[in-house]
Parts: sequence; C-alpha cells; structure tokens
Amino acid sequence: MRVVIMGCGRLGSTLARELDHEGHDVTVIDIDAAAFNWLEDDFQGVTMIGAGEDVEVQQAAGVPTADVFLALANGDNRNAMAVQVAKHIHRSPRVVARIYDPERADVYRQLGINVVNPTTILDQMVREAAFAIDEPDGAAG
Amino acid sequence: MYIIIVGGGKVGRGAARDLMDMGHEVCVVERDGNTAWAINNELGEVALLGDGAEIHVQRAAGMNRADVVVACTGRDQANLAVAQTAQTRFNVAKVIARINDPRNEPIFQTLGFHYTISATTAIVSAIEQEVSAGLNRLTQMRSTAFILAEHTIPSLAPCVGCTVRDLDLPPHTVLALIVHKDDEPEIPGPNTTIHAGDVIVAVTQPEHESSLRLALTGDN
Repeated sequence: MRVVIMGCGRLGSTLARELDHEGHDVTVIDIDAAAFNWLEDDFQGVTMIGAGEDVEVQQAAGVPTADVFLALANGDNRNAMAVQVAKHIHRSPRVVARIYDPERADVYRQLGINVVNPTTILDQMVREAAFAIDEPDGAAG
Repeated sequence: MYIIIVGGGKVGRGAARDLMDMGHEVCVVERDGNTAWAINNELGEVALLGDGAEIHVQRAAGMNRADVVVACTGRDQANLAVAQTAQTRFNVAKVIARINDPRNEPIFQTLGFHYTISATTAIVSAIEQEVSAGLNRLTQMRSTAFILAEHTIPSLAPCVGCTVRDLDLPPHTVLALIVHKDDEPEIPGPNTTIHAGDVIVAVTQPEHESSLRLALTGDN
C-alpha cells in the first residue's frame, strides 16, 4: 500500500519504520528536517520537508494516488486541516488524524473524519494501571 | 449582535474597534497575554485570554449565544478549526474566516465556508492592477462566478467614439454602468457612445477579464 504520513515525531517515525519494514511504500512529511533523525538509516521510504496541510506539498508527496494519509503532527488544528485537504481536495480514500483534544475529536468525527484521540485512550490505560487490582502470583496457600 | 473575534492582531483589533463603534457587543479571544492586555487597555474589558480554537475557551467566550464568529488569526489551520467548531458545535449562524495563504481558499470553499476574506489576494490583485493599469476588479459576486470590473477608458483607446454596439465584448459580459467625465452616470444602451475618460463598470467572468480589457483599451 502507498502511505503518506505527516509528522515525523515519535509516533509518525515509529509507524513509518514499521510500515516500511512490512514492505509498504511510505512517504513521510515534516516541517523540520531534523525530525527525520527519528528514522533509522535503513528506512527505504521517501522523506519530504514541508507543511503537510499544504495542498501543493500533499500533491508532491503523492497524496492523490496514496491509499492512506495519516496526520500525526503535534497540532490538532494542523492535523484536522491536513486530513480534510487530503480527503476533499485530493480525494484520498482513507485518512486518519490524531486529535489530542477529546472535544474537538468529537467534532471531527461528526464531520466524518477518522480520528484517534490519545487523551481518552491514555486516560483509560492510566486508570487501569492505577486502580486495577493486581492478580495474585499463584494461589495463596 | 454578539460577535466573537478569534485572533486579536491588527485585523481582529481593528474589526473589534469598528464593530463596537457600530454598537455591537464584541469579545476578542487572544492567546498572547500582552496583546490581550493592550486590547483591554484600548477598548475596555473585551479580550479573553486563551486559545480560541479550544472548545472550552469558546464556551467561556459564550459562543453558544454568538450571532457571528470571525476567525482571523494569522494561521489558516487555526481559522479553519475555529470556523468548524463554531458551526458544528455551537451552531453559529454566520462564520467569517480569514485566509492568509490564498492556496487554502479551495479547502475553505469545499467545506462550505463562503464568507472568507483573503487579504493576500486583495493586496496581490491591487498590485497587479497598479502594475498592469488594466481592469480594476471591484468584487467577486458571492453566489455566482461573475465579477464586477471597473475600467477608465484611455484617450488613445480604439473604442473611443464607438458605440457600445460596436464593441467586441467577450461572452457573458455586460456593461452595467458608464460614468462620463462630467460625473454623469448612465446605464449604457447599444447606442451609447464611449468617450475618453469614461469610467465603465462591467459584469464578466474571470476567464474573460483579459478579453474585456482588450475590447476596452486595445491592449492586453
């Protein structure tokens, strides 16, 4: 599959590396060239410096012909705009945006965007880690 | 009306000042403390400190009762986010968005935001007009693809002395108004004669702008 990822931070670079190793055709966009240091030397995909919400940068990155566009930069506004440009201008068949703010995540879901909201996911995991009753190691005599 | 302005830079602050003068109730949401302080200093306690793209800030600003929301920060992604939450979450009747980069106009239009203001486009077209001394595009009509264009007839233009009927106008183009040199306005008919110095207002489509210029001035 052809995948375009916007944002080469911890999450973007991890996904880019994994998808690359799995044999997918990966392009990563970031506004900061230093971000590509997150990728390893054996990364086979394409890196591009630019603003991933920019309609022309997306064009150059191959969003119109890609199967998936993932907006994983740090700003909610930027990610939200980027996936909507990909979806509505470049007719990208599948887009996913990371939106930190749970309330804004709901707004964009309402607008038909696939949203991943780390805050609610982490909230749940932290609760489980903090309050779950530990399983006892083996049956107590 | 209650109007919320997100972004208190030169544009937002200027708009706030004018709208308050017109008697409207205004709140300016600004995320920079010094800027917010300066606005309050000038206009009274109208600034709310916070990121206007955040829904909890929008709620604090009373967006649920706003008649108009103006998104005019310097960042298009923030303006789009404000416009979308104002409309989707708070059902604001009228949302006006500023576009900083003209290349972002299509996405705002596609998502249904037709009240957009692009200072860059306005300035660029003003510069083009001064450089080319060609047609002055007055406005893009809201609901159709037509534009209003103004042109002053130069003394050496080939159309001087001709009637409107003789002009080789492009398709979908109508001359709507002629203001003669003696400041007398006239709705032109086929027999109206064109004089040097006449100011003509025409309705046309953007793709015919250059043919219209050719018809009226003889140059491209």
